[in-house]
Amino acid sequence: MKKYNGNGLVDNKRRTLLKGAAALGVATALGGLLPSKAWAKKKVGMGFIYVGPRDDYGYNQSHYEGKSSLAKLDWVKAVDQENVPETIEVQKAMESMINLDGVQVLFPTSFGYFDPHILKIAPKYPDVMFLHCGGLWDASKHPKNVGSYFGYIDEAVYVAGIVAGHTSKTGKLGFIAAMPIPQVLRNINNFTLAARSVNPKITTTVVFTGGWSLPVKEAEAANSLIDQGIDVLTCHVDSPKVVIETAEKRGIYSCGYHTNQAVLAPKGFLTGAQWNWSKVYQDYAEMISKGTKIPNLVRGGFKEGLVTSSPYGKAVSAKAKEQADKVRSSFMSGSMVVYKGPIKDNTGRVVIAAGKEYKQTDVWLESMDWLAEGVIGSTKG
Amino acid sequence: MMRSFEPIVIPIAALLVSLLMFGIFITAAGADALGVFESMYRGAFGTWFSWQNTLVRAAPLMLTALCTALPARIGLIIIGGEGAVVVGGMTAALTGIVLTHASPIVVLTAMAFMGMTTGGLWIAAISALRHYRGVNETISSLLLNYIAIAIMNFLVFGPLRDPETLNKPSTYHIGEANMLTEMGSTSIHWGFGLGVIACVALWVLMRHTPFGFAVDIAGGNVRAAKLSGLPVTRLMIITSLLAGAAAGLAGMIEVAAVHGRANSSLNANYGYEGILVAFIARHNPLAIIPVAILFGGIRASSGLLQRDHDLPDASSLVLQGIIFIVILASETLYGRFSWLRAKEKTA
Amino acid sequence: MNETEFSLLNILIAVIGGAIRVGTPFLFVSLGECLTERSGRINLGLEGTLMMGAMTGYGASYLSGSPWLGVMAAGMTGVILGGVHALLCQQQKVNDIAVGIALMLLGTGLAFFLGKPLIQPTAAHLPSLHLGSWSDSPVIQAALDINVLFVIGVLLAPAMAWFFRYSRWGLYVRTVGESADAARAMGLNVNRVRMYSTMAGGFLAGVGGSFLSLYYPGGWSEGLSSGQGLMAVALVIFARWNPVYCLYASLLFGAAATLGPTLQSIGMTWGYYLFHAAPYVLTLIIMITTSSSTRLLSGMPGQLSNVK
Repeated sequence: MKKYNGNGLVDNKRRTLLKGAAALGVATALGGLLPSKAWAKKKVGMGFIYVGPRDDYGYNQSHYEGKSSLAKLDWVKAVDQENVPETIEVQKAMESMINLDGVQVLFPTSFGYFDPHILKIAPKYPDVMFLHCGGLWDASKHPKNVGSYFGYIDEAVYVAGIVAGHTSKTGKLGFIAAMPIPQVLRNINNFTLAARSVNPKITTTVVFTGGWSLPVKEAEAANSLIDQGIDVLTCHVDSPKVVIETAEKRGIYSCGYHTNQAVLAPKGFLTGAQWNWSKVYQDYAEMISKGTKIPNLVRGGFKEGLVTSSPYGKAVSAKAKEQADKVRSSFMSGSMVVYKGPIKDNTGRVVIAAGKEYKQTDVWLESMDWLAEGVIGSTKG
Repeated sequence: MMRSFEPIVIPIAALLVSLLMFGIFITAAGADALGVFESMYRGAFGTWFSWQNTLVRAAPLMLTALCTALPARIGLIIIGGEGAVVVGGMTAALTGIVLTHASPIVVLTAMAFMGMTTGGLWIAAISALRHYRGVNETISSLLLNYIAIAIMNFLVFGPLRDPETLNKPSTYHIGEANMLTEMGSTSIHWGFGLGVIACVALWVLMRHTPFGFAVDIAGGNVRAAKLSGLPVTRLMIITSLLAGAAAGLAGMIEVAAVHGRANSSLNANYGYEGILVAFIARHNPLAIIPVAILFGGIRASSGLLQRDHDLPDASSLVLQGIIFIVILASETLYGRFSWLRAKEKTA
Repeated sequence: MNETEFSLLNILIAVIGGAIRVGTPFLFVSLGECLTERSGRINLGLEGTLMMGAMTGYGASYLSGSPWLGVMAAGMTGVILGGVHALLCQQQKVNDIAVGIALMLLGTGLAFFLGKPLIQPTAAHLPSLHLGSWSDSPVIQAALDINVLFVIGVLLAPAMAWFFRYSRWGLYVRTVGESADAARAMGLNVNRVRMYSTMAGGFLAGVGGSFLSLYYPGGWSEGLSSGQGLMAVALVIFARWNPVYCLYASLLFGAAATLGPTLQSIGMTWGYYLFHAAPYVLTLIIMITTSSSTRLLSGMPGQLSNVK
């Protein structure tokens, strides 16, 4: 099926002009550091590494879908590896892809892969590009052949929060989260702030399960929350399948995360926040083919097409749709600022003073360690 | 006197049988078995890179295997290596953070000492519970694994968290200068060297000293050992201390050579994989070295199986399981082939 | 906790409901292990059996459309794995704990390998009995939505106790477990009795696995088991090899496991990492306080003492 020549994948069937151009593009894009021999014959090797199973109905699947969308580009050879823990294993998986599969661009997709693993391996392979999902590349600290990309998925979570706020009758929302880290806290806060913009009395109860993939605990958390009267449930764990299915079984509403989970809850599914990695990976492939320099930092939300909302379920009212669409378009136009003071945290402390605002790209938001007013829960384990 | 050939011939034959069975399994699953074996060889031992990949994965397995192998010699089945790795790594990281400005050799020695001490006490507590309270050591060691992980998560997310570690909460860094380096020009860290040294040293202790002899007697028959005046309790506790120290050292190496901090990555199942290595090596510390390398190789080639043959990550689990079962079944063959012992008899 | 009004009774009911949901797989695995251990063998491989049961149960339900066929398929998988365990253990010099660990690994590996295509599809789930329909409270209704398998498990526990005590086969199992020599003197085939016991134990563990994938939490995924199969072995010890105590132990363990999420959902937010360890700490404390070094545990089969 595949043939190896030791330092790259050889395609001996079709050699189109496009491919030649593409390969030439890579050589330029990667700084011309690669040996120039036989370049026109080579495919571009792209390697993807996931921390969990690639069909988990969640985070890893969203990346796998992105990777699969490259299949139509015949000058790209994409390989992937699943269930790679954030230990020396990922270092070796990256090196193995470089040494044995001739991969030239790597996409390690789990946050914990960055420090120390990518930072340790990247300097050893200056002609390979390491593009990490989630991390914050910093020109002053990190190697030049490292970059990072991430989507402002909290925008889509905000839109889901608007819908949840309109739909909830009890005024109690539930959020099942893996652990109190900034990415997660930001989603919880966005969800809550959005819902409270619809109805200021709404509260969100958070349950932290302590791990990214613990189906029994997630189901138990969902049941406990539903027992306490919440009627819209969402989550931030690796695979939302169990949470959405439990919500459906108990007859309440749910908002999805990572991928589209509408089929799991035909009655209660409202909408959800989805990644659109296909866009990111195809853009990177495009840049390589055109020979543009790959930017070290790629971030974006609705406007850049990195995140989307799942299609509305049938339980969503016309009014909710209208406001959610409006909010989405103001995210698109860039006029929407979520973190605009005054905002208090749930202990009553003013975190963002009146008149102060933090735009979506503000790095301060990346180190969020507080929960907004209206969230029932604590960041302290 | 010539040694019996059995301990060499039987495991190798068992290994070949396991590979054959695995080949049949993956053929049934629709893969090209010969191609898979070729990839496995290439991924584990085919190039210098692959060798380094294999050896670096073998490093923690040697130490965690000792954690099961030593107590097994005295009749205790302990599966608590995972917990000892976690507590050892945790205390080693704390030590490194406190001493971060001392000279690297002092820091590393102190970290190793603390990691080994806590790991040792952790496992010794299990055998003390067994001895003084009659608590089943297999179960208590399993429970303590979960408890160790919960304590670590609590500390890493709470009191010991470095606020700079945003989305992967960890303790503070022990300092770049204090990291354990790689051996020579290879990419294999010193954990491998320490693992080999530990295996050899414990092999000498277990096979060539009165202490090891006493442990084997106590492991064979506790009552007889007690009657002959052996301090069985002390032997049990010391053996468990050494076992836990080995696993604690594995945790310290994870921190000092790989992560630089303690975090949830310490819980990487090395403890559980070590149990397999120990049983396949028949609790012989010297045999642990090649078995750990073999298992390191299986893990190292697992990625290639996914990429080249579209096999799921679990194939390496299946292969390990088959090897383990066939090796266990082959236990029954020992002593049945007189021709393998011919030389021993004539000597 | 500003607006969260909660009544103590509701929490209690929620915890009981959770105990039943979380406890059921423990109940089946521990009953299976209890039967195996009463015959004088320990099967640590039930973790692998549980995973294989969950996977085949889900697969069979998906393919046939009948969750009960799934349960049967899961049980039969357990029988096969139990048979392998027994077959290996009856060879000379083969340690049953080691075989258990090997089967745990192989079972888990096979389940992950063969279960890949089952992660996405949705299979027919097991039905539940709505015992709470008399109440208006959704909490009570939810807590009393009880799966048929749990009911079967509850009936099975005393039935197994009766079996050990009064039936002829129960006597065989006990005799073999107490003393293989006495059993041989009675003319029993020790290996055969142990094989049947291990296979039947495997059946129950497989059914326990199908509960995970076909009811709660439902669905097949690689994170489905959080060590239930291993923990069940611990539960048997603190249940003193008594099937009825296995039922109590499973429920207690289930309740301890639901405590963390329940407390968070009512706004008790401190120390959830430590609460996650609660079931394990509880088990350990019970084991320490009830064991003794000077006498054998009451109820422990005599043949287990050499591997204890």
